[in-house]
Amino acid sequence: MSEFEGNGQRLIALCLLGCVLFNYPVLALFNVPGTVLGIPVLYAYLFGAWAALVALMAWIVERRR
Amino acid sequence: MLQGWIIVCTSFAYLGLLFAIAYYADKRADAGRSVIASPYIYSLSLAVYATAWTFYGSVGRAASDGIGFLPIYIGPTLMIALWWVVMRKILRISKQNRITSLADFIASRYGKSALLGGAVTVIAVIGIVPYISLQLKAVSNGFLIVMQYPEIVMPAKLGAVPVAQDTALWVALILALFTIAFGTRHLDAAEHHEGMVAAIAFESLVKLLAFLAVGIYVTFVVYDGLGDVFARAAANRELAPLLTPLEGLAGNYASWAWLTILSMAAIMFLPRQFQVAVIENKDERHLNKAIWLFPVYMLAINLFVLPIAFGGRLHFPGGSVDADTFVLTIPMAEKQELLALLVFIGGLSAATGMVIVETIALSTMVCNDLVMPVLLRLRSLRLNERPDLTGLLLGIRRGAIVFVLLLGYLYFRVAGEAYALVSIGLISFAAVAQFAPAALGGIFWKGGTRRGALAGLCAGFAVWVYTLLLPALERSGWLPIGLLEQGPWGIELLRPLELFGLKGLDQITHAMVWSMIANVGAYVGVSLAGSPSAEETRQASLFVDVLRTQPAGGGARFWRGTASVPELQSLLARFLGSESAEEAFHAYARAKGLRWPGEALVADAEFVHYVETQLAGAIGAASARIMVASVVKEEALTLGEVRAMLDEASQVIAYSHKLEQKSQELERATNELRAANARLTELDRLKDEFVSTVSHELRTPLTSIRAFSEILHDHPDLPRSERERFLGIVIKETERLTRLIHQVLDASRLDSGRTEWHESLVDLRGVIEDTVAATEQLFRERHVRLETKLPERVPKVVADLDRMMQVVVNLLSNAVKFVEAGRGRVEIGLAEEGEFVRVDVRDNGQGIKEEDQEIIFDKFRQAGDTLTGKPQGSGLGLHISRRIVEHFGGRMWVSSRPGEGACFSFTLPKSREFAVARAA
Repeated sequence: MSEFEGNGQRLIALCLLGCVLFNYPVLALFNVPGTVLGIPVLYAYLFGAWAALVALMAWIVERRR
Repeated sequence: MLQGWIIVCTSFAYLGLLFAIAYYADKRADAGRSVIASPYIYSLSLAVYATAWTFYGSVGRAASDGIGFLPIYIGPTLMIALWWVVMRKILRISKQNRITSLADFIASRYGKSALLGGAVTVIAVIGIVPYISLQLKAVSNGFLIVMQYPEIVMPAKLGAVPVAQDTALWVALILALFTIAFGTRHLDAAEHHEGMVAAIAFESLVKLLAFLAVGIYVTFVVYDGLGDVFARAAANRELAPLLTPLEGLAGNYASWAWLTILSMAAIMFLPRQFQVAVIENKDERHLNKAIWLFPVYMLAINLFVLPIAFGGRLHFPGGSVDADTFVLTIPMAEKQELLALLVFIGGLSAATGMVIVETIALSTMVCNDLVMPVLLRLRSLRLNERPDLTGLLLGIRRGAIVFVLLLGYLYFRVAGEAYALVSIGLISFAAVAQFAPAALGGIFWKGGTRRGALAGLCAGFAVWVYTLLLPALERSGWLPIGLLEQGPWGIELLRPLELFGLKGLDQITHAMVWSMIANVGAYVGVSLAGSPSAEETRQASLFVDVLRTQPAGGGARFWRGTASVPELQSLLARFLGSESAEEAFHAYARAKGLRWPGEALVADAEFVHYVETQLAGAIGAASARIMVASVVKEEALTLGEVRAMLDEASQVIAYSHKLEQKSQELERATNELRAANARLTELDRLKDEFVSTVSHELRTPLTSIRAFSEILHDHPDLPRSERERFLGIVIKETERLTRLIHQVLDASRLDSGRTEWHESLVDLRGVIEDTVAATEQLFRERHVRLETKLPERVPKVVADLDRMMQVVVNLLSNAVKFVEAGRGRVEIGLAEEGEFVRVDVRDNGQGIKEEDQEIIFDKFRQAGDTLTGKPQGSGLGLHISRRIVEHFGGRMWVSSRPGEGACFSFTLPKSREFAVARAA
């Protein structure tokens, strides 16, 4: 498997992971009262997971160069 | 300082700056030093996705729904991860076919169908018009609000104004002029607008900075950080429901999911996104960085949406100020004039960026896929006879830009006031989502047909009109009230907002569910019901298999007919201008290695295909097809022929694959054969050597026997003592001859495995003692000392007693031959070594060179030069000895260093079981 195909598959997997993270029922787990560092849990989760996803994408595309 | 004239001047100065950037980039592009050939510029230009809708509208939606705006940005993040595969494919297809727009792409995939291209164009224009009106609304509202400074008055409260004094109209007209200046300065055969892309990238930076500035200001200056904003919001009775737990979301995961899907389609199929991502792409590799840079941009521009929304709600309680304007009104209320101006410019950036790219994309579509195909078919216009059509093309595009913007303005006057920004934008998203099945299906599924795509598009679009556009128009009071309430003709089941009784979904989700069912259903159903034409089959193969190795010729393989070069040249010149046409011909000739016009070009299939592709870059695939067909005589290929060609192509690929495998196998076989041949040659050489050595060895004793026999024969009167001496020599030489022949036969029997063995339990100690006794005379003659080091008892070995004697005799007689007479010393030792019994014969002779240590075990090989040196043996003894030892499962070798003597050793296994195991 070439690195090109490998990255394609990794990114597709990441997209599927995102679909799970940003949808019911995982989303419902974080839809609860309370705050993290003063930020409501759901907001903190959404932005945190989003940032993590983007970081992973950057890592997949940019490593070994 | 926020007087009207300052705002107007700043706005124009900003537009002027944009134009300067675009002008500079265009100049650089003409000079061949592109400024936009960078993954960063590409990523920033993709950020044209963030429009005034993002800039103003996200806050508006967040203020009423909380987190509900976020899927519009999460969707593209998820989608862009798939771009590695999907967008790469689209980019390759578009570059190969010189695709000029989304309509062109879809039309081209389904057999270059002008009808399909037209349908896509109509849907795109109608679908995007609300979106454009949204930008007009945002800019004119922003302008009106900022003009009221220091008062904060909502534009709706200012009352209706006549059309001529309407800011939105002026904004529309100015933007139209601006876009014309940007996008249609000249006609580019590749539809590249480098200047525009540079300006858009700059605008993306401006709007991001402006939004971050106001976000930081509101969060950290007006309030005391994120925690403070959320804490205050939580304490507020109106806002608390948006925070804990999130009711807007809790009840509606379905609409969340559909919004995500909707925006996934939008990031690919909004005409402006297709324009910047595909048409303006300079290098496929830019995609790699954009895959994560663009999501970073979206993340950044959304960070402060919630704080601004809650901050605004807290700042302006009671809803006196429209939440869509919070980014502008909070700085104004805080008397931050400079910040307010920056925000206004940021909003202007967001809106102008979107309008420019969108209208350029739409005007290309309208021109290439709607107007030109119709004009070219109207024979009464005699367009075919006009020498230069570039002016007409530019005119159509400019007209289309003005037309689209005025449509946007019209929608703004008609329906704009009834909706918040976000809702307007979503209506457009839902319209472009209708392209997804035909476009994505088209690049992954060869079975999709033109009829299927057309049916899917029309069905989806009809549902969109019925469930989204009609309600929007009715709410604005332009359609009879009651359609929404009672349904058409009083049929409740057909109510646009609850079609077939589907309740409990919000408007967008409801429309998406039904339109997607209709669209995908019609696309797949109609495609499967019919079968594709020849043209469709070939285009399907070109699109779906674009990443595979293409057989030579590409699209040209499928063409058969006759054409003339001058006709094609004048055709190209009519649409591209004569200079561009000539340049294109030169490029083709260069690629073919011809000097045109000195050497004539051949109007073969490849050339016709080249001209058509060039033409497609200017007027779209469908129109180009019509034009080329009008000047060449084509033989239509039947579906069967195209299928046969495709089959042939895939067979050729399969064959070439097989061929490659076969040639690799052949190469391997050749190498083996070569090695075998080398071995045989060596063996042949050895055989010759063997024969010549044997002859040589035989001749020496024969010669002396003959010589002495002749002496005896000729001189019968020799003294008796002499005669006896000569006879002794003759007998000795005869013995030597016999021994030699015996050895040669022995060696040949051993080599061919025809020897008889007499196995028995042999005591090596006894063997050595007997041999030493037998060779004692030899050692005494040469004055060589022989020492034995034998243990009392050693285990017996399985061997042939006579043969073992032969081995030891051979080793000892060799040793005595190679040591110096008088000072020589030979030592024979016997020892146990693990499962073996080992015999060592050590001498203090001259030793054997490292490279000879293996050779001496070969037949007739002796250390040193056999030709010049005097042979000191037959050269067969060691060879035979080693064969014998190896037959009984042992090993024989020599260890030596020149000048330090040599030690010949051999081992034999102790027990019979072991010997058997080893032999097996």
